[in-house]
Amino acid sequence: MVKVAIPELGEGITQVTVSYWYFKAGDKVKKDDDLMELVTDKATFNLPSPSSGLLSEVFFHEGDTAKVGDVVAIIAEDAG
Amino acid sequence: MGFKVFDLGLVDFMQALSIQKKILQEVVVGILPSALILCRHYPVITLGRLASSANIKLNQEALLKNGIVVYRVERGGDVTYHGPGQLVVYPIINLNYLTRDIHYFLRRLEEVAVSFLSGFGLSASKIPGKTGVWLGGKKIVSVGIAVKKWVTFHGMSINISGQDMANFSFIRPCGMDIEMVSLEQALGEKVAFEKIKDRLVSEFKEYFPSALTMGG
Repeated sequence: MVKVAIPELGEGITQVTVSYWYFKAGDKVKKDDDLMELVTDKATFNLPSPSSGLLSEVFFHEGDTAKVGDVVAIIAEDAG
Repeated sequence: MGFKVFDLGLVDFMQALSIQKKILQEVVVGILPSALILCRHYPVITLGRLASSANIKLNQEALLKNGIVVYRVERGGDVTYHGPGQLVVYPIINLNYLTRDIHYFLRRLEEVAVSFLSGFGLSASKIPGKTGVWLGGKKIVSVGIAVKKWVTFHGMSINISGQDMANFSFIRPCGMDIEMVSLEQALGEKVAFEKIKDRLVSEFKEYFPSALTMGG
């Protein structure tokens, strides 16, 4: 199980808004796929998937605000 | 290997976006170190990812009558207008060779524009909390970027010619009730696009010396 957390995006950036999910809970994802898009100020940031597997849980949805370090989703890793 | 400048001339917004994404991919995988794309667009209104379409004052039909199409795109920011009177620059820059700091990059972009405008004797400035570059309370440069694998795309548009500035009245730029101004309006004289592109590229070289040449 891999936790997907909001990374450090720069000095003074403490929170972001989830602007887009490329996948939904239950989808298979590959490592480095664009998983979700975050927005801060006048910039969007594509968060890559840290692992391959099943996107098992999504805790933050489009329009939600998340803080740096917040776990936004869980990826259940491939058994094989 | 140095960075590459792509001058697309007057180009359809979506066509330029497709070229941007191709070049972005080349920078992401290291075929190119970084790149600058310069262009002008046919009249278009674009909405950033979380933009409210309520910030467009005309309906689709009225916009089409004025020759303006509307697209929603993946950049940050609200609504903006692009037209042939603007010089648009899309810096495809690998932040892994600069610093992984999105706000630092945005502020740096604004500094490029401030310095570019100072070359015309204008004292433009940044305003904290209001991304973009301002001249006497009016906006002259709009900024909205996207970042993928720590490589930037989208970018900034500088109002140069006064020719299509009236089209800004169809929107609330960046979701705000603000006035826009162009370089020609500020100077009170005509400016030739061909003469200013090199100046803008030089500013980028000065402000992003290493990020434009490393990698690749």
